[in-house]
Amino acid sequence: MNTQDTRRPSGKKLSLKEKYAQMTRGLGWDTTYEPMDKVFDQLGLEGIKIHDWDKWEDPFRLTMDAYWKYQAEKERKLYAVLDAFQQNNGHLNISDARYVNTLKLFFTGITPAEYNAHRLFSMLGRQFPGPGAAIACQMQAVDELRHVQTQIHCISQYNKYFNGLHDHTVMNDRLWYLSVPKSFFEDAISSGPFEQIIAISFALEYLLTNLVFMPFMSGAAYNGDMATVTFGFSSQSDEARHMTLGLECIKFVLEQDPGNAAIIQRYLDKWFWRGYKVLGLVSMMLDYMLPKKVMSWKEAWDIYFVQNGGSLFNDLSRYGLRMPKYWEQSVAEAEHLSHQTWNAFYNFSGAAAFHVWLPSDEDMAWLAEKYPNTFDQHYRPRIEHYRKLQAEGKRYYNPSLPMLCQTCQTPLIFTEMDDPTRTSHRQLEHDGDTYHFCSDGCRDIFAGQPDKYVSAWLPAHQILQGNCVEPGAEAAGDPGADALRYFHVVAGQDNLDYEGSPDEANWLRWKGLDKMPPAAAA
Amino acid sequence: METPVHTHAQQTSVPPLVRDRIDNFHGQQLLYVGWDHHTMICAPIALLVSPELRFSELIDSLLPASAFALHPEWPQVDWAHVEWLLADRPFTPERDATLKAQGIGHKAYLRIHTPALRGIAGTGA
Repeated sequence: MNTQDTRRPSGKKLSLKEKYAQMTRGLGWDTTYEPMDKVFDQLGLEGIKIHDWDKWEDPFRLTMDAYWKYQAEKERKLYAVLDAFQQNNGHLNISDARYVNTLKLFFTGITPAEYNAHRLFSMLGRQFPGPGAAIACQMQAVDELRHVQTQIHCISQYNKYFNGLHDHTVMNDRLWYLSVPKSFFEDAISSGPFEQIIAISFALEYLLTNLVFMPFMSGAAYNGDMATVTFGFSSQSDEARHMTLGLECIKFVLEQDPGNAAIIQRYLDKWFWRGYKVLGLVSMMLDYMLPKKVMSWKEAWDIYFVQNGGSLFNDLSRYGLRMPKYWEQSVAEAEHLSHQTWNAFYNFSGAAAFHVWLPSDEDMAWLAEKYPNTFDQHYRPRIEHYRKLQAEGKRYYNPSLPMLCQTCQTPLIFTEMDDPTRTSHRQLEHDGDTYHFCSDGCRDIFAGQPDKYVSAWLPAHQILQGNCVEPGAEAAGDPGADALRYFHVVAGQDNLDYEGSPDEANWLRWKGLDKMPPAAAA
Repeated sequence: METPVHTHAQQTSVPPLVRDRIDNFHGQQLLYVGWDHHTMICAPIALLVSPELRFSELIDSLLPASAFALHPEWPQVDWAHVEWLLADRPFTPERDATLKAQGIGHKAYLRIHTPALRGIAGTGA
């Protein structure tokens, strides 16, 4: 710990290096009223050994005053663009109103996750005795809060014109499919400090964040959404800093003690799989929801995980780390993930806060080209069946509740890779109860910490226990209608198909397409 | 099996909250049912049932009101020849016995296997 007095004689300006030392390392001290291990009481619980916190390198050497200056500059640019977007009715320049459904998914699923990341880093900064690490956490906590705010401000323009964006915080707490990203963050935030930073700064930010930001931001650019592109750019430089923190953190921990590698590998195995399962939503967004496509999920996974992740793990192999467990399975599943995820939302679009629609002929040709091994063989026939039913006015909706994975909380929609038509299911007994999983990865995670996952708030089970009724409202007696109201999804407005929705009717009216014959309008 | 990870919360002696214990289902239990090779119905379904439910009632009234009945192959299911699986192992149900009497407990997973039916256009959908 740095306790020496490094103050300069008054009147002289500090050099940047001195300022950095004063405003970061100079803020750390050893406590005297209470022993250090009592003040930082969570540090010893995970078995990670840190011998010298001063070895923590901050690659950016940012001080808070410089940080405020940079961020303020970015904010000025961002809000200038948002103002222009609003004044020029920028929402009318997007490719198609269907595109807004990707924003609904982002805003209800990812924006609240950014807020949880803010909470996580605020608490994490308190847990690390090294000032370098604590300050990096503090800045990231502020970044995450800024991202939440800019996203809310950006999307508020869309909220004036499109449905499903009116209540993202309640939806995140209650809506069934949002329990997947929500439980991911709650799992992280209730972990030990080193697991938290590996989960978020390394597994999520370093390994997987490109798979969230790239598809949404490129998707926005391709589809004429300049507001989202701008907040994406404004976040991107922060993300670069977060990724560097993740890499710095993992190297620091690994270099501190040879015994740390085994624990870190276990965290990586767990958080890679947890993150991958959340990305199922992104795969559907890329392949089925962008009116103008950017790249397929399979291509994105290949570039951002297999190639980039592969070379990263090559670098880390000198510390004894290997690729996360079951990564090969994620590659095999890349041929199926988006199709199976989309099918779940087609089944349950009655209970979603965004619209779904059937792929057009052109979309299906693109899917067949991108997925030559699977689309025509496994997925086109069901879509054609749905199309036939819709043409007959018999749209298929799934009226049942799905069986959920105890760990990732996704319905059991995935299949075995040696037989892609058979549901992938694992189960185990724990303390007299049976638990079900979507995959070996999720079963292993449960088996490592059963006491944590037995308390999972699984939406389907909560509905059946009678717990999903809007407080103060009288139960309608119909669990489906009660659940929808509990989710704050407005029936007939936010849910169901895009065709026939108020969003579609408004869009056609604004664009002057409502007076054209249907064939031309389509 | 993984080495257990001890986090701060687990150091305390508070017993874990088992949110889906059978007592929380007000006398009922959970039963999951899947139909192999019919993935148009995107996931196995979760039903709330009485432990005293007879197997015949499951087939004759609950399943016909479920998502499975909306599958085009549903009318072709030959119930006398369905191969059942319980917890992924072959199982021979007794039509007139209750779930409880034949060991189909809380959170049991039943699979319907119909080898002659292979889903929409034979794709397993």
